[in-house]
Amino acid sequence: MKQKTLVPYMFVGPAVILFSIFMAYPIIYSLILSFQSGQGSNLEFTGFDNFQRLLSDDIFITALKNTFILLIVQVPIMIFLALIIANLLNSALLKFKGVFRVSFFLPAVTSLVAYSIIFSIMLMNDGVVNQVIAAVGLDRIPWLSDPFWAKASLVIAMTWRWVGYNMVIFLAGLQNIPEELYEAASMDGASKIRQFFSITIPNLKPVILFTTILSTIGTLQLFDEPFVLTNGGPSDATLTIGMYLYQTGFRFFDFGYASTIAYVIVILIAVMTFIQFKVTGDQE
Amino acid sequence: MKKNKTTKRILLYIALIIGALVSLFPFYWAAIGATNTSGSMFSQPPTLLPGSMLMENIRNLNESIGIGRVMFNSLFIAVTYTVLALFICTMAAYAFAKFDFKGRNIIFTIFLLSMMVPYHATIIPLFKMMAALNWLNTYQAVILPNLAYPFAIFLMRQNLLAFPTSLIEAARIDGAGEWKIFFRIVLPSMKPALAATAIFLFLYQWNSFLWPLIALSTTDMYTFPVALSTLFGLSRIDYGQVMAGVTIATIPIIIFFLLLQRQFISGMLGSAVK
Repeated sequence: MKQKTLVPYMFVGPAVILFSIFMAYPIIYSLILSFQSGQGSNLEFTGFDNFQRLLSDDIFITALKNTFILLIVQVPIMIFLALIIANLLNSALLKFKGVFRVSFFLPAVTSLVAYSIIFSIMLMNDGVVNQVIAAVGLDRIPWLSDPFWAKASLVIAMTWRWVGYNMVIFLAGLQNIPEELYEAASMDGASKIRQFFSITIPNLKPVILFTTILSTIGTLQLFDEPFVLTNGGPSDATLTIGMYLYQTGFRFFDFGYASTIAYVIVILIAVMTFIQFKVTGDQE
Repeated sequence: MKKNKTTKRILLYIALIIGALVSLFPFYWAAIGATNTSGSMFSQPPTLLPGSMLMENIRNLNESIGIGRVMFNSLFIAVTYTVLALFICTMAAYAFAKFDFKGRNIIFTIFLLSMMVPYHATIIPLFKMMAALNWLNTYQAVILPNLAYPFAIFLMRQNLLAFPTSLIEAARIDGAGEWKIFFRIVLPSMKPALAATAIFLFLYQWNSFLWPLIALSTTDMYTFPVALSTLFGLSRIDYGQVMAGVTIATIPIIIFFLLLQRQFISGMLGSAVK
């Protein structure tokens, strides 16, 4: 009997040990670092100095603003598109569902670096996107060299990469909505669009909340795309908090201040998740 | 009424085909770029068909980053990571799903909560740790940190909850050891879930960028994303070469995904519902 109680610990042990060393310890250690400052390994405790420094750090404020603009614009567009595509793919009229599903999902398996490279080549001044735009008689768009359009490029690229991923999650949720609800609505003469807004969306609320939180967490940590696509430019227009953290820590080796920035991301994620739970209210 | 349905169907197909083309075009563009000269991607009108420069682009790419070596690094790191992480995470998930033990709920909750902590909060301590161990620029520096991957544990646990406990108990009465039960009875029936989790872990490691960028410092240790980003950071960029690199880095993952996509999508569907 005694031996049997040890069994579960044997199974969970390796994960717990690895987690403690490579996840729990670093998380606690970086909290301590966030109250220290100095170069490289010459660190000393400076209390809340780092947090104060953040408030008057213009680059940090810019990065914070950029990250939030991307978050507020990109996440809703992506979630809405994913919902529509999932809904279309779920239609009874459709054949070759598997082929469409794979086509839409494929972007989600490519590496963030690879797709950022492809997009930056497509969006260059004389790249293929602008050539199409010019061919229809419109003006070329300075995708990567204008502060506004650089953000737009990031939004487009990120939406391309993540729509399919969210679509699959919504497709799963759609399978759980009872068919009878739609049948009853059709009999009452509700249009497809009406059904989408008054049956599909309310029933998918928990799934939408789940994907919104995941996307929010992802966007607040955004690093790979701006690093490759725009390198934070032009003039810091696409600098994100994640990139600023990397620059502070690994270009200027200011580990204390970089840890403070990391904890700002932790706090932002906690707050945003809490707000999203509150806004959508109730369950789970 | 009948006619209305046909129009609807046609509209549906048009919308989805346009969407699918937008989704697939960048892949096509990368493959076209890989077979043409650097300038052809910007010529007027752009070259939309495959050219004959593929071998030349690959040769140049090989000279800049060493394709074989980078491919080996990426594959070795991703495969080793996937095998070890799958094993460790499934064991933990099995304990969470099928045993009642002291601390179970607390440990599980901590794992779940850690999913909300950004990776950024760990990289500086990890960097210092690896530096102290003299492990910077080694394979283990990249492989070890995320072996206990909370999302994989969560995914496997959700699937293991559905495994009938009575089978485990019956085997115990028959005198089977705990390891034997785990390997011979539980795991064989978990193949779809294991495949889904394996793809998830492999994709994660193959595509991972920030940590390898920090932990690896010499060209002969680079993984694909890191090598590609250095190629793209040069002042004079050879786009044919870059696109060849992007294509080579993407093909294995697409083949891997197409082979296992049925399990992957059903595994994702299974976990999202619960």
